[in-house]
Amino acid sequence: MTKLKPWISLGGIGVFAVLLLAVAPLVLTDHWLNNVGKYCCWAIAAVGIGLAWGRGGMLVMGQGVFFALGAYSMAMHLTLETAGDRIPGFMVLYDPLAPLPMFWEPFRSAGFTLLAIVLLPVIMAGILGYALFKRRVKGAYFAILTQALAVALATLISSTIRETGGDTGLSDFKYFFGFVLNDPANKLMVYLIAAALLIVCVLAVWQLYRSRFGELLVATRDAEERVRFLGYDPANIKLVAFVVSALMASIGGAMFVPIVGIITPAEIGAAASILMIAGVAFGGRASLFGPALGAMAVGWGQSSLGSTWPDGWTYILGLLFIVVILFLPNGLSSLTARFTVRARRGPDVPPTPAIVAAELEEVKS
Amino acid sequence: MSTTSKRLRMLMATGAVGTTLALVLAGCGARAGDEAAGSGTSAKPSCVDTSGSTVKLGFLNSLTGGMAISEKTVSNVLHMAADEINAGGGILGKKIEYVQEDGATDWPTFAEKTEKLLTQDCVAAIFGGWTSSSRKAVKPVVEKNNGLFFYPVQYEGLESSPNIYYTGATTNQQIIPAMDFLASKGVKRLFLAGSDYVFPRTANAIIKLYAAKLGIEIVGEEYVPLDKDDWTSQVAKIVAAKPDFIFNTINGSSNVGFIKAYYDAGLTAATTPIISVSIAEEEAPAMGHEVTGHYASWNYFQSLKTDTNPKFIESWKAYPNSSGVTSDPMEAAYISLYLYKALVEAAGSFDVDAVNAAAKKNTITFDAPEGKVTLDGENHHISKPGHIGQINANNQFDIAWASDKFIEPDPYLEGYDWFPADIRKQLVDAAG
Repeated sequence: MTKLKPWISLGGIGVFAVLLLAVAPLVLTDHWLNNVGKYCCWAIAAVGIGLAWGRGGMLVMGQGVFFALGAYSMAMHLTLETAGDRIPGFMVLYDPLAPLPMFWEPFRSAGFTLLAIVLLPVIMAGILGYALFKRRVKGAYFAILTQALAVALATLISSTIRETGGDTGLSDFKYFFGFVLNDPANKLMVYLIAAALLIVCVLAVWQLYRSRFGELLVATRDAEERVRFLGYDPANIKLVAFVVSALMASIGGAMFVPIVGIITPAEIGAAASILMIAGVAFGGRASLFGPALGAMAVGWGQSSLGSTWPDGWTYILGLLFIVVILFLPNGLSSLTARFTVRARRGPDVPPTPAIVAAELEEVKS
Repeated sequence: MSTTSKRLRMLMATGAVGTTLALVLAGCGARAGDEAAGSGTSAKPSCVDTSGSTVKLGFLNSLTGGMAISEKTVSNVLHMAADEINAGGGILGKKIEYVQEDGATDWPTFAEKTEKLLTQDCVAAIFGGWTSSSRKAVKPVVEKNNGLFFYPVQYEGLESSPNIYYTGATTNQQIIPAMDFLASKGVKRLFLAGSDYVFPRTANAIIKLYAAKLGIEIVGEEYVPLDKDDWTSQVAKIVAAKPDFIFNTINGSSNVGFIKAYYDAGLTAATTPIISVSIAEEEAPAMGHEVTGHYASWNYFQSLKTDTNPKFIESWKAYPNSSGVTSDPMEAAYISLYLYKALVEAAGSFDVDAVNAAAKKNTITFDAPEGKVTLDGENHHISKPGHIGQINANNQFDIAWASDKFIEPDPYLEGYDWFPADIRKQLVDAAG
């Protein structure tokens, strides 16, 4: 059984890839394909949260910060690409005579932008994580700190209207690295890039989970002191997971911009960061597919239930969240583990230890 | 973990990436230099189907979130106008079938729902939006899909789009009349208080330029984010600056916090009156404080004596879920649907290009509750009367000042020599 497991996971990733890259573009309308592209961006961030929170035990409640680094890097580049030699229109509106802010200038370069999307979150999460984990900040303190950062960044962006577009955000992008964004073929291309990046991220965490690092990460989550006694530094292990999750959030943010066509502080603030967590918890934070599928499900709920029942949708989400936390703390993906255990052992056996064992197995696969 | 399986895995991963890249390259579309660039037309033909007995229209308003309190009213009055038009035989004989969407006070949601309404529901036109941010999120999407969007709220101007019609005031129909009124009252020291987003920032930039011309000194300028209610420290600065008047461009519930801080600081309408551009009949009773004696600049007031206003007020009061009072933005929303009807009937078609061509003839008018408005086919705004109202004890407005004729819309302030030509040029360039 355990020998087969990697092939099950890999097969799952394959099916997921075929669904996203081949089936979805064929069967979905442009509007829904674009929506799925947006869910992919949230799912990319969610995969990172699954790594940091599900496997690493770090409740990262401020992934919006890293999402923003990627998103605003991309948005600044696309804004400049659209504006050409001129100063972006919204800046003219607030102060027609002032020049382009200094920090915008390097984002004219496509290469710098791509580097920034990768390096900014790595550097920031690296410094932040090093400072926090070396001082052994964890649990609720860590969660609150990351959340506060997301709030602070959203407030900062809102209040610097000329530099960042403020509450209105950045929008109206015409080009994407030389491609006309209006063109349906290019829209499809942007979607495929996002979907492919999601698959790559899932593959990356799959590889990480199977590696010695993955086992150390779970060990650190479950018994940090023991890991320390064994001669490892838990701070370094957590740091790597945190940095990787930040990088994924940034990539998700960067792709969000050309797909959705607008980025505002509301998409990166406290509420948005918590919504990312909700999707992960819903799907199953420690499982391979749970975070991505959970995030996509929440995104879908927002678009479709939010349309048909705008007042009720947030209540449904809240209720689902409570039900999942109360009855399925490991998310919907732990349902399969429960059923397989029940089927194998029969319903009479007290389920708890077996379920825990099966879920642990799930975690390790 | 054997090395073979590791290599295999690497291979699979690279394979997946490679396949995708191939797919991506196969899907190459237009490049920046191509013909398609710059033109606002979509590559896809419109999917609007009006061959049946109905025409689908989209209403896009925030039914949830911070702006719901204002936008639900707009949504409601749009439903009322649709019911009225349907009772009168519809548009070109076709009954309106509306799709209501929730913008959720979230700008990306506005963009997403616009795209849904245009490409999924295939509506012939969309009506709604309130904040300038929501309009700016909708703008690229309607332009890309060559749709129509009717925006019913006064705004900061300096914008035009072949795909948007503006039925609220632009700055020369609200801000400039308010400044003329202040000048006529002999105001010398003015303080600017606003929410921190597009409209107040831009409106205040225009106010400062015009104030210099009028000889009014701006003694301070303060902003608070839209979702923040605490104005205590900003009001302290107002007290210290001793202005004759306060120009209030605060939007939404933040006004409540401002009014509270204002009275707590000992300011009154007798000493330091406020002129607002977003407090109307709906908001005045919700300020949590007596606001009698303060002013507002609008085009429409419930107290206006026109031939069409009594019927409008009566219909609204009788309408289910109505708030019972009428206000400028809801009147502008009411206009927008009738204006669309007039446009389509003049064009004889629901086609966007035909509608725009009909507008260009400059003959589209509507007997609105504020008076007979005329559409400017070039800039897609309407002529409006300027009015300043003073809040009375019933939270209604007594007309304190009225423009002597309808003011023609001038979104880029081309008729005002104090507005610098180079700024106008930069803005037009940036928009194009």
